[in-house]
Amino acid sequence: MATVYIDDKPYTADPAQNMLFTSLTLGFNLPYFCWHPAMGSVGACRQCAVKQFRDENDTRGKLVMACMTPAADGTRIAIHDPDATKFRAGVIEGLMTNHPHDCPVCDEGGECHLQDMTVMTGHDYRRYPYDKRTFRNQYLGPFVNQEMNRCIQCYRCVRFYREYAGGRDFNSFALRDLVFFGRHKDGVLENEFSGNLVEVCPTGVFTDATLKHHYTRKWDLQFAPSICTHCGLGCNTSPGERYGMLRRIVNRYNGEVNGYFLCDRGRYGYECVNSPQRIRQPLLRREGVAQPVSRAEALRAARELLAGKQNVIGIGSPRASLEANFALRTLVGPDHFFAGMADDEHRLLTKMIQVLRSTPARTPSLREIEQCDAVLVLGEDPTNFAPRLALALRQSVRQQPFAATDKMRIPRWLDHAVREAVQDDKGPLFIASTHATRLDDIAARTFRAAPTDIARLGFAVARALDTSAPATSMSGEAVALAAQIAQALKTAHRPLIIAGGGLNSESVIEAAANVARALDTVGKEARLSFTVPECNSMGLALMGAAPLSAAFAAVKDADAVIVLENDLGRHMPQPALREFFERAFHVIALDCLTNATTERAELVLPAGTFAESDGTLVSSEGRAQRFFQVFVPSGDIQESWRWLCDLGALRENSEMADWKELDDVIIALSNAIPALAGIVNAAPFSGLRLAGEKVPREPHRYSGRTAMHANINVSEPKPPDDPDSPLSFSMEGFPDQPPSALIPFFWTPGWNSIQSTNFYQKEIAGPLRGGDPGARLIESGASDGSGYFIRVPQAFAPREGEWLVVPAYHIFGSDEQSLHSAAIAEVAPKPYIAMNPEDAVLLALRPESLAEVKVDGSSYRVQVRVRPDMPKGIAALLVGVPPVVGVHLPAWGTLQPAQLPVEGGPERAA
Amino acid sequence: MEKPLTQHVRRDGEMLDLRAYEAVGGYQGMRRVLRMDPREVQQLVKDSTLRGRGGAGFPTGMKWSFVPMGPDAPHPKYLICNADEMEPGTFKDRLLLEATPHQLIEGMSIAAWAIQAEVAYIFLRGEYVESARRLQKALAEACEARYLGRNIFGSGYSLEMHLHTSAGRYMCGEETGLLNALEGKRANPRTKPPFPQVSGLFGKPSIVQNVETLCTLPHIVNNGAEWFKKLSRTADGGTKLYGASGKVKRPGLWELPMGTTVRELLEEYAGGMREGLRFRGLLPGGASTDFLTEEHLDVPMDFTAVQKAGSRMGTGTMIVLDDKTCPVGMVWNLEKFFAQESCGWCTPCWSGLNWTERTLRALEEGRGREGDLEKLAYQTWFNAPGNTFCALAPGSAEPLQSALKYFREDFERHIHDKRCPWK
Repeated sequence: MATVYIDDKPYTADPAQNMLFTSLTLGFNLPYFCWHPAMGSVGACRQCAVKQFRDENDTRGKLVMACMTPAADGTRIAIHDPDATKFRAGVIEGLMTNHPHDCPVCDEGGECHLQDMTVMTGHDYRRYPYDKRTFRNQYLGPFVNQEMNRCIQCYRCVRFYREYAGGRDFNSFALRDLVFFGRHKDGVLENEFSGNLVEVCPTGVFTDATLKHHYTRKWDLQFAPSICTHCGLGCNTSPGERYGMLRRIVNRYNGEVNGYFLCDRGRYGYECVNSPQRIRQPLLRREGVAQPVSRAEALRAARELLAGKQNVIGIGSPRASLEANFALRTLVGPDHFFAGMADDEHRLLTKMIQVLRSTPARTPSLREIEQCDAVLVLGEDPTNFAPRLALALRQSVRQQPFAATDKMRIPRWLDHAVREAVQDDKGPLFIASTHATRLDDIAARTFRAAPTDIARLGFAVARALDTSAPATSMSGEAVALAAQIAQALKTAHRPLIIAGGGLNSESVIEAAANVARALDTVGKEARLSFTVPECNSMGLALMGAAPLSAAFAAVKDADAVIVLENDLGRHMPQPALREFFERAFHVIALDCLTNATTERAELVLPAGTFAESDGTLVSSEGRAQRFFQVFVPSGDIQESWRWLCDLGALRENSEMADWKELDDVIIALSNAIPALAGIVNAAPFSGLRLAGEKVPREPHRYSGRTAMHANINVSEPKPPDDPDSPLSFSMEGFPDQPPSALIPFFWTPGWNSIQSTNFYQKEIAGPLRGGDPGARLIESGASDGSGYFIRVPQAFAPREGEWLVVPAYHIFGSDEQSLHSAAIAEVAPKPYIAMNPEDAVLLALRPESLAEVKVDGSSYRVQVRVRPDMPKGIAALLVGVPPVVGVHLPAWGTLQPAQLPVEGGPERAA
Repeated sequence: MEKPLTQHVRRDGEMLDLRAYEAVGGYQGMRRVLRMDPREVQQLVKDSTLRGRGGAGFPTGMKWSFVPMGPDAPHPKYLICNADEMEPGTFKDRLLLEATPHQLIEGMSIAAWAIQAEVAYIFLRGEYVESARRLQKALAEACEARYLGRNIFGSGYSLEMHLHTSAGRYMCGEETGLLNALEGKRANPRTKPPFPQVSGLFGKPSIVQNVETLCTLPHIVNNGAEWFKKLSRTADGGTKLYGASGKVKRPGLWELPMGTTVRELLEEYAGGMREGLRFRGLLPGGASTDFLTEEHLDVPMDFTAVQKAGSRMGTGTMIVLDDKTCPVGMVWNLEKFFAQESCGWCTPCWSGLNWTERTLRALEEGRGREGDLEKLAYQTWFNAPGNTFCALAPGSAEPLQSALKYFREDFERHIHDKRCPWK
């Protein structure tokens, strides 16, 4: 460590860092714009100027930029030097010459870094008497709104979009005080992480376009610490609500998971909470017609269906919390509880957990993935299946070239110097997939093949590492590739293998496990990361329950079926779903949005979404994380576990009778299921008080508290109680930083914007104070002695007249809930099938024409996409976008031109 | 008086082709260095006290010594000729480019050998169409004669040389902005350190030198360091291309011993002011240098003496101001150029130059206000060296700060009279 002097006081600093990082870590108010904790220093804005002195005898000193000054031992700076103070105010004055000063009507107002820094520097009088420059704004799509007149030319947007996220359709144009940041022409931003511009931009140039539809100031929002439910990665979010409507989502920093950034699905999928498709009151189906009924009527109906019935089965859900699933399990009994996942998905998840526990390879967090220096992706399309992972992998390819810049003594935070030295040099990333991915541009090699061949490549890599691994026979080219991959993994410091649920292939999981095991055998500590389809797939799999086929077998003898937050149509093909409802006469469904299951259920109970519930989710990393209720829903909506307790009361379930608050469920759950015992550490219990107070969900400037309901009642209502968490539905409470798992929003005196995250961290961009939230449930032990998987699949053999239909995903569309957000739906593709040009010719299918795809017992009319990246003999079907749901792929199917053109796009054929 | 750089410039304005250049001893220096150890060449140039002629006057030999040498050095290394002559009032490199392109090619080959570069680029100002044509021809001749390419003169050394014509921005002439432009990126300047010698073009060790600097190299190699030092009247060795523009009797360009005084240049070579005009001041070396006035006429034009006088020699091509030209108008003209050419990277530059330009425009148009001069003075402080990312804005502050000092009354009259007294 180094000793540095700030305003003549000595401090301990990390010499590998710069003085801005050091000053902020120490809690100094030093303003900045172009520097970003995840993107390093470029020295553009000149806002963090300080006076540097050679030694204690130097009285003159010179102005330097703190962000560009290494925290070398003996470095001596003054923040409160008159010249430095004057210069920093001058920079703001310069930035403000063109800024429109439209704070009252600007979406950023109240959480604007530029506002904060302006106040901080003390610039308050406009000396510039000339007119301002103006721009014409662009349409950038449904996610991001542009107002270029507010721009202060800090270059953060373009650095994030191009350099950090790898986007191509955004740039800086022109020069002097006229630099324009945008696209070459109007159009939807193509990068899947474009929404981060909203937070990266220090002022109101890029703002949340969805928030604009129902705008609310940050200070008027009620927040809660939440977890994204739109994929299995478990990114931490901070949703904000007002007047019972979810207004937006911003990133909630978790150093180990999402860091500073979210994907656009996670940021903009929230509008499903406000969807007109929401189920807001109980529905009772009588003679085929669903009628809204009161809570009392609903419970009466439920009593008829459940009371005294022995054989009630429950179907859980990979998108429901552990607590909700456990409540259902407790209600119906473990033997009658089923996981709500199709058999193949269930088998895959079980296999993943088995592998993670028995293979000597760590399941890494996203931060650890960013730091891996050689990566093999087997069968996954991260951008579309686990999007935030793709952004992490973009950083991982930077790791290996750091060796060269370290040798040149270029500090890693000196971002452009590093990038100029590195140029296009990238660390090894190998992607084996059935079709092109959005990460191919940074891959050292890609391998496009059928799932079995992808697995075989994995087996071959393991074999190339360790000759005791099972052998495969492959083409010379594939063997050479396997050898190259093996070499890259072996020589890396932190090799990583990624596989997962995307391809639905057990062989691929086994192949990935073999590679990890082989690396261990050759003395290399490997990391093994599996993606999973839904936000609690991993948690439900850890809970352990039989899959859907078992539920089907049980259904005909069942008196009633309770389906928890699960559209069965998304887990089983149409014929099976029809059969299920034919067999099961009494179905009670709990869910938040109308779907194929609620439309057939006899009784539907309105469940809270993630924003209206609390609970625990387990991410693909195996990290249990608690999400908290953002607001109390109106009407009869309540948390699923509470509905289930109500049903438990009807059945006189003695165990559930004691469950008064969430903690009771968590404790019962952790006692009942050892694999999940660790969830008690995911967040503090509800009884926690800080200086005798709860943590307020509302900022202290929350306005209109006494007036917002005055049209209903002039008396201010008492804030709702929250028995389930240490958070209050109020602006009153503990005013300081709460424990890391309980941070509803980031705010620090003088720092109203998201930049206030700095002050919640132990060190900048490091862990939150008190450690990053979440409890890891899966740690790899030493090898359990079990050996390699030896079932090497047969090589892919194309069939005549049939095509192997493999699943394709899209970040916007393949996720069930986020598709209910208007912005997401707007950019979601229509269902399609992609195939090789030669196959298309063979099938007489023209691009953009309609094809009829018969696979897995169903038939779909979808658009044809002809793509040279598709291997011959296989076709990729976009899944998740209705009507292509519940189909089990890969499977052999037939393709032919659709007989009749269908108006209004593709639809399901009978 | 020896004029090594311009001795063979043809009177008819045509270029010296390969045969003519060889006839007067061309490419002998290159043959000679290929038999020398690269470090020996570096030492020779160090001993010669040659300082870069692009404006900053950095010692050439020392610059080269930071390039990693030996078997572990990264490759390829690059030698880049900065021929992006865009400094207002500067036209010295153009003469060398058009008249003796082979002299430049030879000089570049010598520098390339000294740092063991494999690839060389000539980054040429886009508007220098005639230079481009002649360089192209000279490069073709040199390639055909195998003075460039593989295994030059059987030495085993290979050098590719390319001509790149700039798309045209002042920033492209800044050493690191040039590197970005050459890579096909925005011509924004780069962070230093790391210096281009370590991480330059495409992240590899690179040297960027001005045309005039490179053209002196064959002569240093042929005649030795002592000879070169003796060409000069001062401690900075060699001759220098000096020029004068403005309302003098004979605007022009002359190769003279380093350290020739301002007075000699102005009165002897440029012939003094035109009839009826009085001398008021001059910018000694391009737009981004401070004014010198009457009291500085006996200052020798070299890097050290001009600096002592409060300015910089810069490119050595002076712009002369007379008493019938408005100094405010002249400075406005310059600042308009600088504001226009700011790359938009750092705040003091893009915001400050715009402000400066707008203020000067207001003064000239009779809209000046009390306090404007203080704001202009503030901008020169705001854009001081170190406060900005590169030298563009500090350079732009030089004519302004010295004009405010020497011509303050003229500025005040603009405000007081609410008009430009010269209009």
